[in-house]
Order: sequence, then structure tokens, then C-alpha cells
Amino acid sequence: MVLELQKPRPIWQIMFSTHHTDVGLLYLISSLGFLFLGGALALAIRAELFLPGAQIIADAMTFNRIFTVHGTTLIFLFIIPFASAVGNYYVPIMVRYKDMAYPKLNAIAFWMIPPSGALIWLGFADFTWYATPPYSIISAPGPAADMWIFGLKILGISSVLGAINFVVTILKCKHPDMSIGQVPLLAWSFLSSSLIILVAIPTFAAALLMLLTDRLGVSGFFNPAMGGDPIAYAHLFWFTFHPEVYVLVIPAIGMMYEIIPRFSRKPIFSYNSGVFAFVLLSIVGFSSWAHHMYATGMSFTEKTVFMVGTLAAVPASAMHVFNFVATMWNGRIRFSTPMMWAVGGIALFFSAGAGGVVNSAMPLDFTTHDTYWVVGHFHLFVMGTIAFGSIGYLYYMFPYVTGRMYNETMGKIHFILSFVGTILVFFTQHVLGLYGMPRRIFDYPPIPEWIAMNQIASIGAMIIGVSMAVFLYNMIYSSGKGKLADTNDPFGLGGKYYYPFEAKNPSH
Amino acid sequence: MGGHSNWPEWIYVGIVIALMTWVGAEAWEAERLVEHVPEDAKVIKVTGQQWFWTFEHEDGTKEIGELHVEKGKAYKFEVMATDVNHSFNIHDYVVLIDAIPGRVNTVWFAPDKVGEHDIQCREYCGLIHYNMRGKLIVEEPLS
Repeated sequence: MVLELQKPRPIWQIMFSTHHTDVGLLYLISSLGFLFLGGALALAIRAELFLPGAQIIADAMTFNRIFTVHGTTLIFLFIIPFASAVGNYYVPIMVRYKDMAYPKLNAIAFWMIPPSGALIWLGFADFTWYATPPYSIISAPGPAADMWIFGLKILGISSVLGAINFVVTILKCKHPDMSIGQVPLLAWSFLSSSLIILVAIPTFAAALLMLLTDRLGVSGFFNPAMGGDPIAYAHLFWFTFHPEVYVLVIPAIGMMYEIIPRFSRKPIFSYNSGVFAFVLLSIVGFSSWAHHMYATGMSFTEKTVFMVGTLAAVPASAMHVFNFVATMWNGRIRFSTPMMWAVGGIALFFSAGAGGVVNSAMPLDFTTHDTYWVVGHFHLFVMGTIAFGSIGYLYYMFPYVTGRMYNETMGKIHFILSFVGTILVFFTQHVLGLYGMPRRIFDYPPIPEWIAMNQIASIGAMIIGVSMAVFLYNMIYSSGKGKLADTNDPFGLGGKYYYPFEAKNPSH
Repeated sequence: MGGHSNWPEWIYVGIVIALMTWVGAEAWEAERLVEHVPEDAKVIKVTGQQWFWTFEHEDGTKEIGELHVEKGKAYKFEVMATDVNHSFNIHDYVVLIDAIPGRVNTVWFAPDKVGEHDIQCREYCGLIHYNMRGKLIVEEPLS
């Protein structure tokens, strides 16, 4: 895949290509575009909450639309397509095949993303990314809600097609000399997350259709006025979207498994435990969905079952952390930009997991549920772990994709500002939740603690905003005018040994 | 992979499992106690609708937005909603239960100090969700 951007090609050749690196590039650029769009909405939210009262957003409706589109964009249009970008670039190379198993399907899966992105952004729905009935059925305004439903429907199909492609590529197209026990951990992460997608997504696809027909008034699955039950939607939704959390986080962990051993200049501590933890996580991920629903009036027994299911996922996640730390132990670590992001991501992954144990314990959940604690908690995963792993990997693959080197100083500034900002925003939001501030509110009463915490969080968000501006400049400038990279050893780690997958594929 | 021994990881995983078992057992025990409603708890019917709370005491008295209760007595809330989902929350007393149309959920508490506390909605319910707030007023018992 090295250097293909150095041979100038007309843009439509990339757009209509089905080659895995071209599709990967399309995924990469579109996902980064949505990262900046979604991030801009986050800055608007934080600016609004800097003080009680209306600041920059005119009314509650606009605010509700903004946080809905912010969440939808970053989960479905940044995190998932970014993972697909990395998978497209690396999975075929890692299993030593010439392309993805179904190249045309691959391109189709990508080209479903722009129309669904357009539906979500042009509609600008207001019912949160969770689209709870009966609000989403009887109260959510106009075409926006329906456009969101169709957008998500298309994205679901795109995910399923992409997942089938990864599973077939890894299991059926890997080189005959290679056993499944030799496939790198990054490819294993795509295998696990793709299998989760195939099991989990159909449930939400069904729920979306039922939601749509409920909105049209021809059915009443979730509408209590027609004998339906909103809790049924909650079960269908979380049956998909709790496992989806692992769909998001597992590829990011896989990316860290690529970065950490390279920059520690040591083999991974235990390949087997990494594989085991991926497989275990993708199974127990299905046993915990209703921990999002403790407050809906579940019985004591149901709550206990889902608490146990949730706690069962902790050892598997903890095994990854152990594996990373043990790999770095006694390594000759080089803290280049990708390594800084990966290590920062592990630290935040650990913090997010520790906070998650608090949520899963039934009595404590009633303090934290639907407060800013939860916002802080899952942002430590999606921003602190997944985005950190992804951005680290983006720096790591940058020289291979563009043939040029990014600016190391700017990369480090980006990391330090983002790390400080992430801690300021999301650790503070945990505390804010303990003070009782609910999620998804446009305005809040002038309680001194709430104001202080919100201001710290808003300042942190602005710091992240500045770091992302540095990032954008670095990416654009360096991909055109950066130093030419030594693609055999772009990070100066010494020796081809640390880049085994490149070395075996001269034709890429 | 390779020849090295993996015992530190097994010890570590064992510690994590022990810790999670302890958290789970403590949570189970605490929740069991918390969910046990006292026999003499007075029933207050709570109705959430866009965007205010209505309370009905056992004697038929109704209140909107404000709830007066007496110190030292136990109260059981029967929470329901008329339009969309809400979540009834008195954060200072860790009272939280969703108000869902078509269902009656219960939660109880026993205020132990005289004072005022915020009541709020913690489930997104639309335009004025941010201001769906009320006041809990705990008073000295009359008798």
C-alpha cells in the first residue's frame, strides 16, 4: 500500500476503484471529515453549557438536535468507518491476500455512508441517538426523525456488508501457509468485531422498521396508546448497542496491539491471551445489555443477572491492559507520536473501565444513571480509548499511506493537548454527575458546583478543539509537503523485523 | 506465544475476578436492602407529563411541582407517565425510577432531615426537559 498517493491519479480513479487501499482511503477521508463536523457540534454544546442560561444556541430544540447529531455522527460516521479504513488497508495484507474477498461489495459498503450521512445531517433529528419511543413516535418533529431512521438503516446495511467481507477475507482468503493462530491480533480484532456486528445489528434493524411503522401510525409496537410497550424498544436497542460498544472498542484495542510491540521493540507478551480476550469479550458482550435499563422498573432478579453479565466482561478487558503493560515492561520504548496515543489510550481505557464497574453495581447505578457521570464514562471509552487508539494508528499508518512523514512536534502537541483536555472534560463530568446534573439538558439552575464543573469541562473541550486544529493542519500540510519517509523504517526503530507485514508484500 | 510462563497474568486475572465478585456481592446485598419497602410506607402517586410532575397523596390531596412530606416517615412513590418517558429523580435521596406510559414503577424513601431538595427529570423528554424540575419540601411531622 506504500506510496500509492505519490503516483498522481485523477480523483475519480480513486472514487470508482474497488482496490482495498483506495476504498480504505475513502473511508479514512470521510471518517475524518465527520470527526471534525461532529467535534464542532461538541464545541457548540460545551460553549452553551459554560454558563446557565442561553449562550450561543438559540433554543432548546436546536440544542437537542445538536447533541443528537453529534452522537450519531461520531459513533456511526467516524468510529465505525475509521475502523473500516484501517481494516481495509491492513487486513488483506495481514492475511496475505491481494484484496478484500468481495471488492465490489466493499466499495458498495463505503458508498452507503455518504447518503446516510447526508440524511442524518440534512434532517438534524432531535430525539437523541437512542431515539426513545414514545417520544420518537408521538413527539419528534417531522421529516428529520424519518430521515434519521433511514440514515441509520442504510448504515446498518453498510456495517453488515463490511462485516461479511472481513469475516470471509480473514477465514477464507488467508494464505494457505498461515494458520488462524498466526493471524495478527489486529486482524483478530476485526474478525471478532465483525462477528459481533453480524449477530447484533439485525435486532436494531428490526426495531428501526417497527419504529418507522409506528411513526406512520400503522402499527403500535412501542406506542402505549396503541397497546405497545416502550421497554420492548429499549431491549431491542440495547441488545444491539451494548455489543456495539465492543464493536467500537475491539478494533481500537487491535490497533494498540500493532503499535505497542513495535514501539516497545519487543514481541507481544501473550498473543494467545489477546486472542482469548477478544473472543471472550465478543461473547460476554451479549450478556449485559439491560444494565442500561436498571431504572426502567426491572425486577431484582433481572438486575442481578445483568449486573453479573456486565462484571463478567471486566476480566477480559483487564487482560488486554495486562498484556499491554507486560509488553512494554523492559522494552526499549520509543515514545513517538503513535506510541504516546496508544499509551494514553490504555490509561484512559483503564479509567473508563473502573468507572464502568461503578455503573454496573445496581445501587450505585441509581446515583449515576442518566447523569453526566454516564456522559463522562462513555466518552472516556469513545474519545479516550477508541479515538486515541484510532488517531495513534492514523499517525502510525501515515507514512505508509502518503509516503511522507507527519510533523512529530505537532503530533506530540496534539497528543498532550488532547490528553489534558480529555481528562479535564470527562473526569470532571463524572463528578458533575455525582452532583446530580442530568444528561441532555439545554440549561441548568445556577448551582455553584454545577457551574464550576461545567466551566472546567468547557475549557477542556476548547483545549481539545485547539489540538484538533493542530492535527488538521499537520495532516493536510504533511501529506503534501512533509518530509519523505523511509518506508522501510519510518519511525527509526531499527530493522525490518518490526514491520513484518510490509516486508512480505512488496507488490502493495 | 512462545516458551515463557504466563503465571503473572493468571494471578492478575484471579485478582480481577475476586474483586468483581466482591463488588457484585456487595451490590446485591445493598440492593436487596434498598428494595425492601417498609410496611407502613404511605403511597404517593407521581405522574410525569411534558414538562411537570403531579403528586397525589393517600388522602387525595394533589400538588403540582411541589411535594410536601414529613420527616421520619416512609413514602412509596407509584410513578407513571401520560405521554412520553420521564425519569423521577430526587438526587439528594438517590430516588430514581423511570416514569413510563402504560406502567407503574415503584420506589421508596424516608426523609431524615427537614429541608428542601430538587426534584428533576432525568430521562430525555423533549423541548423543556431541562426545566422539568420540582421541589421536595420535608417538614416536621404535625403530630
